[in-house]
Amino acid sequence: MFNPYIKDFPVLGQTVNGKKLVYLDNAATTQKPQAVIDALAAYYSRDNASPHRGAYALSVGATELYEAARENVRAFIGADSTREVVFTKSATESLNLLAYSYGMNTLEEGDEIVISIAEHHSNLVPWQQVAAVKKAKLVYLYLDKNGMIPEQEIETKITQKAKIVSVTHASNVLGGMSPMECIVKKAHEVGAVVIADLTQSIAHRKLDVAKLDLDFAVFSGHKMYAPMGIGVLYGKEKYLEQMPPFLFGGDMIESVAEQSATFAPLPQKFEAGTQNVEAAIGLSAAIQYIQNIGFKEIQRIEKPLIQYALQRLGENKYLTLVGTPNPVDRTGVISFNVKDVHPHDVASILDADGICIRSGHHCAHPLMSYLGLTATARISLCFYNTEEDIDRLAESLKHVRRWLGLGSK
Amino acid sequence: MSGGGWVLDLSEIYTEVIAEHSRSARNKREIAQPDFVLEGVNPSCGDELAIAVKFSGTTIEDIAFTGSGCAISQASASIMADLLRGKSLEEAQALTTLFLNMIKREITDDASLETLEEAAALKNISNMPARVKCAVLAWHTVQEAIEKKAGDQQKLCWKV
Repeated sequence: MFNPYIKDFPVLGQTVNGKKLVYLDNAATTQKPQAVIDALAAYYSRDNASPHRGAYALSVGATELYEAARENVRAFIGADSTREVVFTKSATESLNLLAYSYGMNTLEEGDEIVISIAEHHSNLVPWQQVAAVKKAKLVYLYLDKNGMIPEQEIETKITQKAKIVSVTHASNVLGGMSPMECIVKKAHEVGAVVIADLTQSIAHRKLDVAKLDLDFAVFSGHKMYAPMGIGVLYGKEKYLEQMPPFLFGGDMIESVAEQSATFAPLPQKFEAGTQNVEAAIGLSAAIQYIQNIGFKEIQRIEKPLIQYALQRLGENKYLTLVGTPNPVDRTGVISFNVKDVHPHDVASILDADGICIRSGHHCAHPLMSYLGLTATARISLCFYNTEEDIDRLAESLKHVRRWLGLGSK
Repeated sequence: MSGGGWVLDLSEIYTEVIAEHSRSARNKREIAQPDFVLEGVNPSCGDELAIAVKFSGTTIEDIAFTGSGCAISQASASIMADLLRGKSLEEAQALTTLFLNMIKREITDDASLETLEEAAALKNISNMPARVKCAVLAWHTVQEAIEKKAGDQQKLCWKV
């Protein structure tokens, strides 16, 4: 089936190992459309200067572009104010900011931080560190057999002791979506703040942080067609206002004396040092690109593609799917294992056919242990993938076992 | 590798020797009263190996491994066990160094690889940079055991 968007992504036109590239690792990073590449080139060809500082027109222009990018992000995620949109270098940095600035300053001994067992290390290790220092307890929401968070877990684990509930919106291993409304409702009932890791959902469906009543949300740009090196922290103004800065230095101050300093208002308070203006502009261009296509169209392509992938993978008798088989509650992240073959070998053998998939533990050791696995092979789809990509994958998977001297018929 | 015109030939990597060793359980076992059990971890993929070595004097009497990993790491460990069993400390040191240098592409003379026997089959893994760590995990781990043993020998000498 013809996909009119492939041509927007120059990377996708190339061959690897003599075969047309099939890129199925969008959960790790997405490819970049020409519109984003052009925006970066335009910035460096025409607009580059240090923002927020220079008195000259070029610097003012760079500042305006940077702040316009912030406004685009605000509108995209449905935040009330640009004061609630902080640029970071990644979702990981956004989460560390929250762990250090919010967690370290609000938690007391015996308090609980609730996360799910499906968290990426970036939404897990920082909380372990905070919990150890503050003598708080890290509590896990476990998953049902389909890899989903059951309501029962939410009801019983999020108690009066919970002060922070930080959960991924979509698993980077299993593809399951978390019941965010339910989590927010319960967390607010007990007086905890909710942090949503939107990294794996932001490129796939319309989200509205204010409507969802999230207290904080994080995501990275490079998994939504934007450059690497840019992330976002959304936070309700009332919380960000009370939080101390995370990084100190230039650009985040109001005035500095020999022994003390006062800090800039939001959001600059959290943006120390010269920012990645280029990447913020790239993120803004990526948002524009997504909006031009529209989430309705993205879903129209991705939903049947996910269903088709689940069906084709299901036809291979040596293949075990890990995660929910239900195409409705999931993203295009699909983990699987080939009988008696290590996922690394699967990935290497597919690579020879020009097919890019991820293998390993996906930065989720505790989830792997919970599932009783050491690793999985993982594909992750987005709207520029096609049924032909899936067919190539399914065909290549048929030969994996043969390479290792195992039966493949 | 993309765009370079170089084509990955799987048959150079997943050879019969590798496939057989990856499935074989001959060297994948515990050994009784080992002198050393050293663990090697590949944090990027979660491969975990434990290499057990039993010396008789300064000769490797038995060597085996346990753990989980990909075909490359399992086969590499198994081939290594076959190669090093019965070798002296010095021979094992030399073979391990030779193997690691081969993977680093520091050996240009193929004839010098003859002593590696089946392990020479892993030479082409250097064409697959993403998998080099899998191939060397067992060897780096055994190197530690050999160095420890060599250190112990030295201490013995000093005592004398």
